[in-house]
Amino acid sequence: MAQQTLKQKLEILADAAKYDASCASSGTAKKNSLGGKGVGSTEGMGICHAYAPDGRCISLLKVLLTNHCIFDCHYCINRKSSNVRRARFTPQEIADLTLNFYRRNYIEGLFLSSGIIKSSNHTMEQMVECARILREDHDFRGYIHLKTIPEADPELIHQAGLFADRISINVELPTTKGLTRLAPDKDEGQIEGALAGTKAQIIQAKDERKRFRHAPRFAPAGQSTQMIVGADDANDTDIVSKASRLYGNFGLRRVYYSAFSPIPDASAVLPLKRPPLMREHRLYQSDWLMRFYGYAPGEVAQATGADGNLPLDIDPKLAWALKFRGAFPVDVNRAAKEQLLRVPGLGTTAVGRILAARRHRTLRLDDVARLTQSIAKVRPFLVALDWRPTNLTDRADLRALLAPRQEQLELF
Amino acid sequence: MASTASAALSAALAPHYTVCLPAPDDFAFWRERARALIQCGVPPERVSWAEPGATGDLFAMQGESDEGNLPDAPDDAPDDAPDDAPDDAPDAAAPVRASKRFITLARNAALHSDPQRFGLLYRMLWRLQSNPRAMEDKADPDIRRIEELSKSVRRDSHKMHAFVRFREVIGEGASESDERPHYAAWFEPDHHIVRANAGFFMRRFANMDWSILTPRGCIHWDGAVMRESGPAERSDAPQGDPVEELWKSYYASTFNPARLKVGAMLSEMPKKYWKNLPEAELIPDLIAGAQSREAGMVAAGEREERERPATLAAIAAGISRCRDCAIADCGTRAVMGEGAPGAALMIVGEQPGDHEDIEGRPFIGPAGQLLGEYLQRARIDRRAAYVTNAVKHFKFVQKGKRRIHQSPAAKEIDTCRWWLEAERAAIGPRVVLALGASAARGILGKTVSISQARGAPIPLDDGSQLWVTVHPSYLLRLDGAAREEQAARFADDLAAVSAAVSAGVKAAARAAGMEPAE
Repeated sequence: MAQQTLKQKLEILADAAKYDASCASSGTAKKNSLGGKGVGSTEGMGICHAYAPDGRCISLLKVLLTNHCIFDCHYCINRKSSNVRRARFTPQEIADLTLNFYRRNYIEGLFLSSGIIKSSNHTMEQMVECARILREDHDFRGYIHLKTIPEADPELIHQAGLFADRISINVELPTTKGLTRLAPDKDEGQIEGALAGTKAQIIQAKDERKRFRHAPRFAPAGQSTQMIVGADDANDTDIVSKASRLYGNFGLRRVYYSAFSPIPDASAVLPLKRPPLMREHRLYQSDWLMRFYGYAPGEVAQATGADGNLPLDIDPKLAWALKFRGAFPVDVNRAAKEQLLRVPGLGTTAVGRILAARRHRTLRLDDVARLTQSIAKVRPFLVALDWRPTNLTDRADLRALLAPRQEQLELF
Repeated sequence: MASTASAALSAALAPHYTVCLPAPDDFAFWRERARALIQCGVPPERVSWAEPGATGDLFAMQGESDEGNLPDAPDDAPDDAPDDAPDDAPDAAAPVRASKRFITLARNAALHSDPQRFGLLYRMLWRLQSNPRAMEDKADPDIRRIEELSKSVRRDSHKMHAFVRFREVIGEGASESDERPHYAAWFEPDHHIVRANAGFFMRRFANMDWSILTPRGCIHWDGAVMRESGPAERSDAPQGDPVEELWKSYYASTFNPARLKVGAMLSEMPKKYWKNLPEAELIPDLIAGAQSREAGMVAAGEREERERPATLAAIAAGISRCRDCAIADCGTRAVMGEGAPGAALMIVGEQPGDHEDIEGRPFIGPAGQLLGEYLQRARIDRRAAYVTNAVKHFKFVQKGKRRIHQSPAAKEIDTCRWWLEAERAAIGPRVVLALGASAARGILGKTVSISQARGAPIPLDDGSQLWVTVHPSYLLRLDGAAREEQAARFADDLAAVSAAVSAGVKAAARAAGMEPAE
């Protein structure tokens, strides 16, 4: 076979990497290139340098080191039995590519993952080498996210954490059954063991930083993971409870959901259909409810329907409110923050504004309208100085009033 | 406040002031003048603010204004002290106070291109003197407006951080001093944000020589000093950069056509920015091709939606029509398994060979005959078993007149697995014997190593057990001692299977004996 050009390799390996959802470049230690030799800065807020027509932001150069893989996970485009074109970068090539893109302000940094070649340790060594070239040879101070391999030696993962801002390990599927069926070479115990090991190292490094000013940072942007939605038969209750367990046990910054989408040359085991994007969106909303709105995982589960899945036509917060109407209406002028956060249509910003504004005036419905996105949506759940929803909160067709209208298609 | 009262007294007579700002983003200048005006008690309606190039507001046209002449402000108004710091100036002027929140918002809002912004900020500063906590009332229209201005400036700055695209300047003037390349970018901000964001780019690209050219002024950094220059035009910026080709191919490859969401992209990357983004020229084609790419991928994997045939006859009819993989298109016939329905043992081979394809029956070639001998020796009745293959068509390459066997690819085994599963469900064997790695993959769905898997049963989902051993054609390829050794192991494996089958049959008979006959 003819030697592949850099462009061909980039096409293959970027295409192979796009199923990883994460592109966050925020929340890491602040650094800049003043006084250094290279380029790069991270100032807290992530920057999305471009958006692809799939609506996803492009913040990092997201590539694989190689898409050769000795594993045979059915959902994965790079599995051993797949017929995709294969390619392999050297660590130096990736480092050069990253710097060339970074200098032109295309990206915030690098998100490096890899198929497993030879052995887990060999692959992990190559990835760490790439991060080392960037950090040590080029004094690169941008963002680096390394996907680590759970089977790799803990010492290698430790080195990865010293170079990277964030490290992550994918749990892939929400249930053990799904994992054994679809990723026969992966082991849940090993994945969770690696997550726990990383958590311990993050905590230790934080503690060392408190005692010694020059102690090295270990993955200052924490660790994250990803779950595939729609490849197995796990329902939303399973997924939400798995996610909350992961947040609780392993101190994760984020759990990403990736709707299983058709891949070229797919395994015969998996149904290929349109990716469940709305379901993925509802799961992210439920994730927000747990992280920012004070909902317990059990309460999110209460919002699911009979099949254990969240409704697709309305958001989970509204679904919960419609089920527990006894908790409403709440008085905007008196209710506690926690109660206001449960009102469908009030976000954390709006609640903050209401709390600040009501120290100065008793809020009328008009005032609330100025502070929120849509008054029609919040009205049935609120009491204001000049507003009382009376029967509205208890109407049987409230759901129909609030759900986005289904549009009748025209004959064509 | 005393100054407020005196201003009110002389309201009718008081002059109108126009302050001309030296630059549209000079917040420090505005702050100094606003402080002085407030100390002199000049109410908001008597001040207009003019930025360079603009005519100020309507009052400035009336000719009765004191252009730029401030009232007798206290001479030593604290220039540098923050507004909320205690004022130690010896004169009688009261200190001007504002909340931190106001200063943060005002600093941003002052960069907006709205000509009313300085008047609005002055009005708010005026109100803050009588009500220091006024900023907390988020429902107030003035505060809402200031927040809007500040927000759109922040957004514009953020988009500048994101969408500035440097191009390497090649050629004359670039390499006069040393080897360091120079990078230049063209950007069109909505507001007066260029100078305010110089620090961001300096911190990020501290060791790089770069220029950002905009219609509102340019900034240049040479690794040590930041310089400013006047407005530039688009043609001043360099055109093209070889790395852009790589970037564009990255952009196209990282897009997933199955997740097309144009609205989400447009809300974050509006079309007005596209003309300065090299990758944006790909967008129309990517969108246009997305649906067919997705449909193609879905169609390729559509079969799973079909209903699985339940009887052997339906499977036989189905496989002869099946064209789900390339092997089926070779002009060969599909070879169905054969044997007793309800057999206790199911024997799975790899795929039909030359003889099997001609005859249309499984395991009748040389390997089949060898298998027959060994089965007999292990006292397994082939006629009581069900014999089939993991792949139903013969895969070969033509060499002269001979058809040379080719191993099926994993993907082809997985595709045919659908039929094998249907056969297994229709027969319901208690023991499955897989001959070779392809057969094992056909049953398990994953590749196992024969040497590790042989010799012990592997439990299957439906309660039956799988035994794995080598394919008899493997023995045909060996000679001498190696063949004898492997033949002995093969015989051992079959003996174990035989024992398992008879144990299973006995157990089933016992179970049937306890239950009354149907």
